[in-house]
Amino acid sequence: MSVIEVEHLSKAYGSTVAVDDLSFSVQEGEIFGILGPNGAGKTTTVECMQGLRAQDSGSVRILGLDPHADRDELTQVLGVQLQESALPDKLFVSEALDLYSSFYRDPVDWRPLVKTLGLDGKVSTMFKKLSGGQKQRLSIALALVGNPKVAVLDELTTGLDPEARRDTWDLISGIRDRGVTIVLVTHFMEEAEHLCDRVALVDSGRIVALDTPAALAEGIHAGMTVRFLAPATFDPALLSALPDVTSVARRGGTVTVTGNGNVLAAVTAVLARHEIEPRQLRVEQATLEDAFLALTGRHGEPGNKEG
Amino acid sequence: MSAITTASTTTASVRPARRPSPLRRLALTEAKLFVREWIGPVWGMGLPLILLVVFGSIGALHQPMASLGGRPLMYLYVPVVIFMGAALICLIASTGTLAAYRERGVLRRFGTTPAGATRLLAAQLIVNLTMVLIMAAVIVVIARLKYSVPLPTQFGGFILTLLLAVMALMGVGLCIASVAKTSRIAQGLGALCFYPMMFFSGLWLPIPQMSPVLQHISHGTPLGAAVTAMADTLGGRFPPLLYLGILAGWAVASGLLARRLFRWE
Repeated sequence: MSVIEVEHLSKAYGSTVAVDDLSFSVQEGEIFGILGPNGAGKTTTVECMQGLRAQDSGSVRILGLDPHADRDELTQVLGVQLQESALPDKLFVSEALDLYSSFYRDPVDWRPLVKTLGLDGKVSTMFKKLSGGQKQRLSIALALVGNPKVAVLDELTTGLDPEARRDTWDLISGIRDRGVTIVLVTHFMEEAEHLCDRVALVDSGRIVALDTPAALAEGIHAGMTVRFLAPATFDPALLSALPDVTSVARRGGTVTVTGNGNVLAAVTAVLARHEIEPRQLRVEQATLEDAFLALTGRHGEPGNKEG
Repeated sequence: MSAITTASTTTASVRPARRPSPLRRLALTEAKLFVREWIGPVWGMGLPLILLVVFGSIGALHQPMASLGGRPLMYLYVPVVIFMGAALICLIASTGTLAAYRERGVLRRFGTTPAGATRLLAAQLIVNLTMVLIMAAVIVVIARLKYSVPLPTQFGGFILTLLLAVMALMGVGLCIASVAKTSRIAQGLGALCFYPMMFFSGLWLPIPQMSPVLQHISHGTPLGAAVTAMADTLGGRFPPLLYLGILAGWAVASGLLARRLFRWE
């Protein structure tokens, strides 16, 4: 069953088109990623889903509810994490959690949640005394405290250290396993690759590709790259003649071979036949990041380097 | 879909009665935050008290005045200090808080919860009103005990004046919070409104001693009307409907304007 249906969504700010006829649907229990460069329209899209912004045309339905007309019902079942955590400075963490719990019909006990997020030592700390990462984790806790059916998380792990990031990914996977549908807005490739069942690549307000992270990476036909250290006597011509190989390059002791999906088997077979032992053999496959760059034609996206 | 139906039936039947409503919880939280920010308690509640003692120690303010129907000027200074506190709370402390909430995205985040950002504004109004009531109660009791100013025995008129004045001040405050980009600007604009309003309330020159033109202007301003109305309730008279009408007019007009101007983000 589709939990989220976005159809022909469009939104312009003055003459700037932020979202241009965007459509997608998200299935129950899915982690759906919206990936794209800054200004691609990701945030506008989720703001329309959260009822924070009215679209110019098109429709959004979450669990069959309209974000504006059915606001009261929708806010009960939709957990939201916004890009910037926002609470009054002098509010204690426990007060924030109690306050948010009181808004929902069926809140979860926030204590275990806070423990999982590693905030259990901080419940009697004021919001302004929290570090950036702790504020981020609190905003994740507040998004989940209402026991939502759907969670929309914008820049989930921005500002977290690698360990906290892994823990948060585990937490999100765990929540999905309980049947919660999750929409993840990110420009952090590793996160999308690790967590998302499907990813929509958004650029200039349009979806340029929508598939599983692996299929997106495969779809750009970047093929496969094999690298190894070979003895000085090795003749690269042995490999360049192979039908599965497209290029062979040698720099110092390192040989780099690119080709189609069979290139590894072909290369190792030839090497074995000539009794050459490849050292430090490595295989590199196209990643979601390669797909992202190929499909959007952009470089230097600030978030890419976060991981 | 099934999840939603289940949830709503659960609420209808077995919602625990002791769970506080979101508005109540919000108002309690806002009250705690009000106390933790020093501006409200110190300026809005402490300063009126200090000024009451200062004015109370001036002998001339206790002399009967012919222009006040034989009552001394202290009858006017009690409302003046009360509304000064109310103005500091509603125009400066509260506008600063609200502008900060918008600036920092607190209102936006609330907009995505079932409570909604409107409830947050309502909670602010409730807290401000409560704090003004507490402050006003302390002031009239001390004024009675130390300076023999009679209690507002026209209690209904007293509360009504206070309520309308707080609504008018909150309306003006919300307009300020709407146009100010940051909480600092909001507090600055609040102060800019505060001084003329206090002048026309008679803080520096009591209204009966103003020139007729200034008196007319005073009676048309929120705090001039409020002070004149409240002075009547001390000792038992219901305030003239004209002044209550002026206050109500300010409350409605500024409320409508704030509604037009207010931005959630």
